[in-house]
Amino acid sequence: MKKTLFDKVWDSHVVRSINNGPDVLFIDRHMVHEVTSPVAFLGLKNRGINVLYPNRTFATADHNTPTINQHLPVADPLSANQLKALEENSKAHGISYWGLGHKKNGIVHVVGPEYGITQPGATIVCGDSHTSTHGAFGAIAFGIGTSEVEMVLATQCIMQPKPKKMRITIDGQLGKGVTPKDVALFIISKLSTSGATGYFVEYAGEVFRELSMEGRMTVCNLSIEMGARGGMIAPDEKTFEYIKGREFTPEGTAWDTAKKYWDTLYTDEGAVFDKELHYTADEIEPMITFGTNPGMGMSISKKIPTAAEVEGAATTYKKSLDYMGYDEGQDMLGKTIDFVFLGSCTNGRIEDFRAFTQLVKGRQKAAHVTAWLVPGSHKVMDAIKEEGLLDILHESGFELREPGCSACLAMNDDKVPAGKYAVSTSNRNFEGRQGPGSRTLLASPLVAAAAAVTGKVTDPRTLY
Amino acid sequence: MAYDPFKVLKSTAVPLPIENVDTDQIIPARFLKATERVGFGDNLFRDWRYHQDDTPKADFVLNDATYSGKILVGGKNFGSGSSREHAAWAVYDYGFRCVVSSFFADIFRNNCLNIGVLPVQVSEAFLANLFAAIEAVPKTEIIVDLPQQKITLSATGASEYFDINDYKKENMLNGYDDIDYLTNIKSEIENFAAQTPL
Repeated sequence: MKKTLFDKVWDSHVVRSINNGPDVLFIDRHMVHEVTSPVAFLGLKNRGINVLYPNRTFATADHNTPTINQHLPVADPLSANQLKALEENSKAHGISYWGLGHKKNGIVHVVGPEYGITQPGATIVCGDSHTSTHGAFGAIAFGIGTSEVEMVLATQCIMQPKPKKMRITIDGQLGKGVTPKDVALFIISKLSTSGATGYFVEYAGEVFRELSMEGRMTVCNLSIEMGARGGMIAPDEKTFEYIKGREFTPEGTAWDTAKKYWDTLYTDEGAVFDKELHYTADEIEPMITFGTNPGMGMSISKKIPTAAEVEGAATTYKKSLDYMGYDEGQDMLGKTIDFVFLGSCTNGRIEDFRAFTQLVKGRQKAAHVTAWLVPGSHKVMDAIKEEGLLDILHESGFELREPGCSACLAMNDDKVPAGKYAVSTSNRNFEGRQGPGSRTLLASPLVAAAAAVTGKVTDPRTLY
Repeated sequence: MAYDPFKVLKSTAVPLPIENVDTDQIIPARFLKATERVGFGDNLFRDWRYHQDDTPKADFVLNDATYSGKILVGGKNFGSGSSREHAAWAVYDYGFRCVVSSFFADIFRNNCLNIGVLPVQVSEAFLANLFAAIEAVPKTEIIVDLPQQKITLSATGASEYFDINDYKKENMLNGYDDIDYLTNIKSEIENFAAQTPL
């Protein structure tokens, strides 16, 4: 039986299958954060049960944390209460907790790979849809709701029907200024936000093979935005090189045993997918979104499509453009912007800060632009300093904030005001996502950098 | 958390004929700070329902007394985006027991099934039929019959079969949840875990 990468990992984790029902899937590693876990812990308490495998469970605070003055008490009482709840719950159940101020603290999907919690062939869940990020290592990783968080805490299992399988193959070489973020926004613009619903995606082909691990994480991170439960890339030497020597990575004979398993993790020649899509790298340009979902993206040099050119109801499309204050047929290039956000589990890694810094070097931040540069973790923040990026950023008029999810979902104080435009390297441009009434343009770190120094939507390829 | 069993629901419905309703609209992130599952219904569709000064937006359907009921009928691709179960809690807490659409996002659908809100996926044509019927007669009755897996417009008898797997159907009919099932096979899970290295 020819198997896909996804089949191999899924099938090896099925505890039992229920006829005309879900599979009981064993979860290797469970990541927990402060927002989607308190009600789950409360549920355990009400049932009188404990976390079954605390050593398979990892907690970090990220969604709700401030990105300045993290050494001070959290000002918002509700946020402070939620953070306290995670700390207490972790302590009560013997779970490792990397809270605010901890040197390993950061966005859950950034720190997981950094410390080797994320491994090939593992099943990983978290109460967060961007758990798909970890698929970059050849893991099956997906987001779950709070009832399921409780389920995994209690039983280390989840009940899910096996999703269908889709493979997206892109061959060729990416052009100048085209980043992994652009690849993902391109695919989502083709598929829409529901085009992969019900599927688990495997990314294959030269483009993904050539990407760094950081780049692969960006692509897999955005799988959910096309509706897919997750996305994955077969592990290779680059993957093994990345994870080797990290805190939770196996060592010695355990590494050898694990490596034997990891070496089997690829889609067999002739294995069948429910759906296959092919694109070529030269179709992809720097991308930007113009609407209120991640599927509403376009090449930065094109014009906003007309309602007739897009799928779906014209009324919904018009509502979206009205919210953005845009019209069909307009150029995106040259549109004035007010905020720039570099960060999030999508683009908050060191490579993203390198790209941003490279472009702003020798230029100055546009005076009217407010820029929030938020590293994904302390490790990323330290690297920014050690590599000398911080000095360059300071010379160009930028400040660095402290790690967290920040303006990606604006649960903390990092909110874009109503009516203002933000070029964001994050993952969602939904109405009000970055603050009530905020307007988000999703883009790569390079496009964000170009916007930050020019104060408007600018093709980064014209700046270097 | 236990919920009331779902068998046959007869109710009027609230129409929301917008596509791609994401969970950030169903409940914005700034209302996710609670540590208990209480009061989420107050913030259901918060930014569509209220102005920034907290006064109601008259043209939003939840502020229009013409429409009411335990069934929410939404446009295609309902519940996309964030995995926040708070969205399903808000729907339930507001008083809905059933959401009808022609397409649901995966995680939202699962979350609903886990807390006792029945997601009913119908064809595009039947959805259009429902919207038209509600527009013509706002208090028109809809019957959602889980045992028969059938949704019916009372006035015309127009109906459609909907899909749900046997396992989830049994859970909904009895108010069971997955943890009940999983704790019953705990030793099987522990045996599996023993063979699965960290």
